[in-house]
Amino acid sequence: MKFGVRKNKDLAAIDGRRISLDGAMTVLSFVLLVIIVVIPVFMIIYHAFFYEGHFSPELFTSQLLDPGNLASMWNTIQIAFWVTLFGTIMGVFYAWLLGRSDIPAKGLMRALFNIPYMFPPFLGAMAWDLLLNGRSGYLNRWLVDTFNLSGAPFNINSLGGIVFVELSYYFPFVFMQVVSALERMDPTLEECARIAGAKQLTVIRKITLPLVLPAISAGALLILISSLAHFGVPSILGFSQGIYTLPTKIYATISRSGGSFEGIRQGAALSIMLVVVVAVALIIQKKVLSAGSYDIIKGKSMRPTLIKLRGARIPLFILAVTTLVLIVIVPLVMIFLVGLVRAYGLPLIPENFTLNNYVKVFESSGTFDSIKNSLFVSISAGVVCMFLGTLIAYVVQKIKPRGKGVLEVLSVLPYSIPGTVLAIGVILAWSGGLFGISLYNTIWIILVAYLARYLSFSMKSSSAALLQVHPSLEEAARTCGASHTESLKDITLPLIRPAMVSGFFLIFLPAMREVTTSVLLYGPYTRTLGVQIYSLRDAGMMPQAAALGSVAILLIIVCNTIVTQITKDRKGV
Amino acid sequence: MANVVFKDISFRYGDNQVLKNFSMEVDSGQILCLVGPSGCGKTTLVRCLLGLSKPETGEIWVGDTCLFSAARRINVPAERRNIGIVFQDYAVWPHMTVKENVLYPMKKHRVPKQEAEKRAMHALQQVNMTEYANHLPSQLSGGQQQRVAIARALVGNGDLIVMDEPITNLDAKLREQMLAEIRQIQRSSGTTVLYITHDQESALQLCDKMAIMQQDGSLCQTGTDEDIILRPANRFTFEFIGVSNFLRVVRKNGALGLDVGNAVIPWQAELPDGLDPDKGKGVELGVRPNDIEFDPASPIRAKVRRCVFLGSEYDYFVDLGQRELRVQQSTLAAARTGVMREGSEVGLRLLNPRYYEAKEAKA
Repeated sequence: MKFGVRKNKDLAAIDGRRISLDGAMTVLSFVLLVIIVVIPVFMIIYHAFFYEGHFSPELFTSQLLDPGNLASMWNTIQIAFWVTLFGTIMGVFYAWLLGRSDIPAKGLMRALFNIPYMFPPFLGAMAWDLLLNGRSGYLNRWLVDTFNLSGAPFNINSLGGIVFVELSYYFPFVFMQVVSALERMDPTLEECARIAGAKQLTVIRKITLPLVLPAISAGALLILISSLAHFGVPSILGFSQGIYTLPTKIYATISRSGGSFEGIRQGAALSIMLVVVVAVALIIQKKVLSAGSYDIIKGKSMRPTLIKLRGARIPLFILAVTTLVLIVIVPLVMIFLVGLVRAYGLPLIPENFTLNNYVKVFESSGTFDSIKNSLFVSISAGVVCMFLGTLIAYVVQKIKPRGKGVLEVLSVLPYSIPGTVLAIGVILAWSGGLFGISLYNTIWIILVAYLARYLSFSMKSSSAALLQVHPSLEEAARTCGASHTESLKDITLPLIRPAMVSGFFLIFLPAMREVTTSVLLYGPYTRTLGVQIYSLRDAGMMPQAAALGSVAILLIIVCNTIVTQITKDRKGV
Repeated sequence: MANVVFKDISFRYGDNQVLKNFSMEVDSGQILCLVGPSGCGKTTLVRCLLGLSKPETGEIWVGDTCLFSAARRINVPAERRNIGIVFQDYAVWPHMTVKENVLYPMKKHRVPKQEAEKRAMHALQQVNMTEYANHLPSQLSGGQQQRVAIARALVGNGDLIVMDEPITNLDAKLREQMLAEIRQIQRSSGTTVLYITHDQESALQLCDKMAIMQQDGSLCQTGTDEDIILRPANRFTFEFIGVSNFLRVVRKNGALGLDVGNAVIPWQAELPDGLDPDKGKGVELGVRPNDIEFDPASPIRAKVRRCVFLGSEYDYFVDLGQRELRVQQSTLAAARTGVMREGSEVGLRLLNPRYYEAKEAKA
């Protein structure tokens, strides 16, 4: 043999003596998922039904039969239903308009339509509250003054208002899914139908829609889950009118009890109601939209024939622009303007503008602490999840041990568990109840919750990338003399690095604006950015809340730009 | 230089027994083509040799080194086996340049940098890829990536290279060219090559020796290409290598005959021991298309249905009674006797007939 330096001295390397790397990774994945996911979920179920070690369903039944709770459950269902319905219709319509018609300024509009996805919904709710609040909304007052109306024409603090605001932030889920499906669809399928004599509308109805149905249903599912679990918008718009949904009810129950154990147990019981609602919704959705997937949608992008709108072109363009102005521009401008105003309620004219709110916001140590906390938790959660998600994805995709299905389900499970519920599970698990470990009131408890919440993001991203890495690439490295660890380090990791990085940002960006989970977990020194804005508003300091909100939006935009810059020039993989 | 010995290798995936007591030897410094239909266990055998799969029983030796022995509990890890491999899908690492790909095995074996550089350039020169040294694989064509994979296998080890269907993804012309180059490289380096393929054409072109593997994972014949073609060991080899015609042999009134559906043509032959038209599933006669000659005087009369000109030969489909036969006539022979027109009646002579047990009993 030609190689002398690293020649195998002991060729009789005996099999089975060492623990293999694969085995270690598998065990590690299971252990971590049990700690992060299984324990909190188990604690909720346990505490809802057991009290001091005894089975006592009384608490659960009393919570279930409470009329207030039932009303909030009904609200949750109603809101989710309408948001999903309208969101799907709106998403499909605009996806088709921007994907398949000859409407002008497509590129710009597509970029704008993606903005609501980055924008924190609770800030949007704040903006609309400022405009259309039943008593003091700017727009309402202006309308009353101008037209001498007896009462406010709009009231955003209602179920309809909540649906409207959630809708504007959730329809992009369907929009983005459908746009990409339309782009990857083979246009000859539609052309064949035209040639066979079908009219334009028939083609859309009989060919295009059924083919993108899987994409529609995937997007609708996302809307449904997100809306059922959504906290920010109903809490900002609903509290003042006593309109509760299950997530806000859980929050109200716990904050009213001042963090007592009894309150948390009630919250746990309510959580189970919420989880049941989500589960039932998922099942119904699956039954209704059990569309098969079609392989006709190909991976590579093609150039579809555009449909000429003719006379409808300009009216539809105006409609699209109006929608954009309404859901993107108006809330943004509102937040920035109110952030400048001297005192809440003053007219929005230049004489009343001042930078004092920003100065005040930045003079308070709470602001910096909250930005620091958010950055710390988001970056840590992003980094940890990036590696953990990749580890689990590798075990599931490449090692394929027995029980890989369990592993997969466990890592995706928290995604369909509402953030509020997860927060309660984390409180029950890590505030001294278990093994005497208490993370309550520390930043770590927020981090643990974020890990559970966002793990599936990075896992999905890495999974997709690992599927592209053919096993022979690693095997070739092995036969070239690389150990298992070296082949991972030299071949697999570099190949999936772009996916890992984008997995990081998939977690970092939503974590930066997170409020649902952290609002239940924060302590005196561990406010996050979202919590800080939320409590400033709660304390009635509207302009300051808006100022900090503007800062948050700028921060998110800056981060997002960096992301697109980084992910743009990946090496030719 | 090293010979390779497989001894009693067994391997299974779950309940699917892929290899059972498989034994084979590859001579040192030669190209052995292992040919078999897809799914017969060729790749499994390679994976066992490389250490990527672990057999249940048996031993694997390369030269005087034992790489695997179930009885002695030896299983050298893949990275210590020093075997060059060219995978079917090339497995060229897409994030490294051509040169980095070729340097990698030497880096892993701690070859001094200057020496590694020299050897990498030499290997790239052997496969005519020197000018692409700094390209990324995504900038190369399939054939070029293939050469990078071969260069990588060459620098990794001079003793043994395994190629698992390396050229199936290339077009016909490139395939021919690559085969010639592999042959050339093997001659100049003296490496032992185990070449795996399901394509007998390329195997015939390349090999010193051929080994034929059956669908059930057993080896049915090893030998030179002439051996395999002229003296097939059994019906499987006969059928697998090249095109073949089969006619059922029957006994009628005490005399042998060929059953062509609507008639029995008298046929004289000495059947090998153990074969009898009336026993078991019966007997079939096998004959290669190029062993059938046109002879106007022959009593076996047939009708030409279709004639295809393939350049070096004519390919005929002739109806013999209700059976269809393939007949090949070299262009040279056709020039001498004339091309048979479609629809014309011809006389046939069956040369080199072979007799095998029929696959199915006669209905």
